[in-house]
Amino acid sequence: MSVKMKINNVSKIFGPKPKSAIPLVEQGKSKDDILAETGNTVGVYDANLEIEEGELFVIMGLSGSGKSTLIRCLNLLNKPTKGAIEVDGEDVVKFKGEKLKQYRQKKIAMVFQHFGLFSHRTVLGNVEYGLEIRGVPTEERRKVARENLESVGLKGWEDKYPDELSGGMQQRVGLARALANDPDILLMDEPFSALDPLIRREMQLELLDLQERLQKTIIFITHDINEAFKIGDRVAVMKDGKVVQTGTPESILEEPANDYISEFIKDIDRSKIIQAENVMMKPNAVVSLKDGLNVAVREMEANGLSSVFVTDRSRKLQGIVTIDDAIKGIKEKKSLEDVMVKQIETVSREAYLEEIIPKAVDTKYPIAVVNEEQRLEGIILRVHVLSSLIAENG
Amino acid sequence: MQDFPNISIPLGDGADFIVSFLQNNLEPFFDFIAWLTSSTITAFDDFLNFLPWWLILILVFLIGLYFQNWKSGLLFSTFIFLVGSFGFWEELMITVAIVITAVVICIMIGIPVGIFMALNKPFSVFMRPILDAMQTMPSFIYLIPAIFFFSLGNVPAVFATIIYAVPPVIRLTELAIRNVDKEVVESAESFGSSRKQILFKVQLPQAIPTIMAGINQTTMMALAMVVIASMVGAGGLGEQVLIAINRLDIALGFEAGISIVFLAIIIDRVTAGIGDRFQRDKGDH
Repeated sequence: MSVKMKINNVSKIFGPKPKSAIPLVEQGKSKDDILAETGNTVGVYDANLEIEEGELFVIMGLSGSGKSTLIRCLNLLNKPTKGAIEVDGEDVVKFKGEKLKQYRQKKIAMVFQHFGLFSHRTVLGNVEYGLEIRGVPTEERRKVARENLESVGLKGWEDKYPDELSGGMQQRVGLARALANDPDILLMDEPFSALDPLIRREMQLELLDLQERLQKTIIFITHDINEAFKIGDRVAVMKDGKVVQTGTPESILEEPANDYISEFIKDIDRSKIIQAENVMMKPNAVVSLKDGLNVAVREMEANGLSSVFVTDRSRKLQGIVTIDDAIKGIKEKKSLEDVMVKQIETVSREAYLEEIIPKAVDTKYPIAVVNEEQRLEGIILRVHVLSSLIAENG
Repeated sequence: MQDFPNISIPLGDGADFIVSFLQNNLEPFFDFIAWLTSSTITAFDDFLNFLPWWLILILVFLIGLYFQNWKSGLLFSTFIFLVGSFGFWEELMITVAIVITAVVICIMIGIPVGIFMALNKPFSVFMRPILDAMQTMPSFIYLIPAIFFFSLGNVPAVFATIIYAVPPVIRLTELAIRNVDKEVVESAESFGSSRKQILFKVQLPQAIPTIMAGINQTTMMALAMVVIASMVGAGGLGEQVLIAINRLDIALGFEAGISIVFLAIIIDRVTAGIGDRFQRDKGDH
């Protein structure tokens, strides 16, 4: 993957003399002190991020953390006071006039928290707007707009006005409008925050679907850590205008950079973040069907286990055998196939803990992690499920 | 008690000087304006007088029906019929012609000025006290320079009316453009719209309902001023009021006064109706 957007030392300061505040921030003065001293408000200070092509990158922070200011720097709705933003190797901060228009028309589009729809235009009129100002002929842009509306599930609503639609549908219009321009980069400024929780969840899943289909570079802003960790390939956490940590959700969960983030991730529902592959162990003790019961018993003894998974010749999972059943089986001269338990719970590598928990409750055996061909990839003990729910430092 | 010291700051003389200066040096310009205004009024008046009286009653009914309902239509045409029965048909037509001319000019001046104020903060700061003065200055005062520039008749009446009636449409245009949702403007900008595209495709269409409220206010004030402006020789209903005052004629005064009220009600409802309609249709694009 290549780097799509590189944010280098970007600062944005609002107020009468923005530049004068830069040295003060460098001295490490707080936002409030700088406001009192110079009358300038620090929006973003020295942000450095690299966003990869096709990535869903989440910027998370509470209100006032500068996340909305930062995302507005990316399409120059806010001009950074300092720093550079490289998109495909070009510094867009230097763009002016026609070049800036071209950048906004072709490369980057934005979805807004309160939708930002044009209430005087129909749904179709909204979606075609971006193409209209580019001078795309009416027929063609209507066609593209219709296709995009269909892809967000709003076929048949073209001639309604935005205020006739529910919040969720309005945001779909916002999304279709942004996608109609076919941008490389999609900016989403808290797009689901104004929606109620059920709709929000639905939209999150749809966004992930869409991302899989279109492979856009998406920069997504949210104040909701659960949302951030659920959808983000990588997450940057912002506080007081500074980026305090960047990484994958798992890495942030495992190693929070400071107390602020630890405090944050306390609230997080870990069962929605942690996947089977994060908690499974390597299946080092496995017996094959042809090995027989004696090998199974020896294998268990050697590894100190009370049960062992059984596979066939192509390492496909067949079942599990416990030490008690195996010893009983040897005495009664039964085969391994006769005594093993075939009804076992399996999950995929990508399964979230929230799906694994009910299975762990139902079974008394370990849970097998398998791939599509039913080959054994890992083992999850029930104790692992429980321990992973508890934060290491909580 | 101490008397006020004998100091005189001749501000009034300054105003006098400016008006005289303008009158002496820009006479062709004022003549042109006068010619344009008076031909517009005459054209409207001729047109209204060309229509037979019953057709106007029907038109008024249809306007009421379109913007409100059939009851309003019936009420409006009854009003007009009553004014005619007072013997003021021609006066009514000339008043309507003057008001329409003044309002059209107010819109042509007011909307661009309002837009420019919304987009340019210093200009807005500069204009605000001027608009305040235009609205609070006793309206009779405008008649004096009006006479100097345009002598007597309908033209100075329109001039004075415009000065008095233009502030609402300017103010509400500015307010309307400024109050367009910030995110909506941002979203237009984020798609790479030019300033012009943002203004004409987003800000103005979004502002239309509020601008219509401004036009409604301006029209009402224009009507009020047209009555006063009859003091400088404007014809129409105001002239009848003036005659009634001079003769202390209660009957004439009442009839002329109530005619103006009728006209005011119709104009108010119709312009408000246009605003509502824009709100409902959201202005076609």
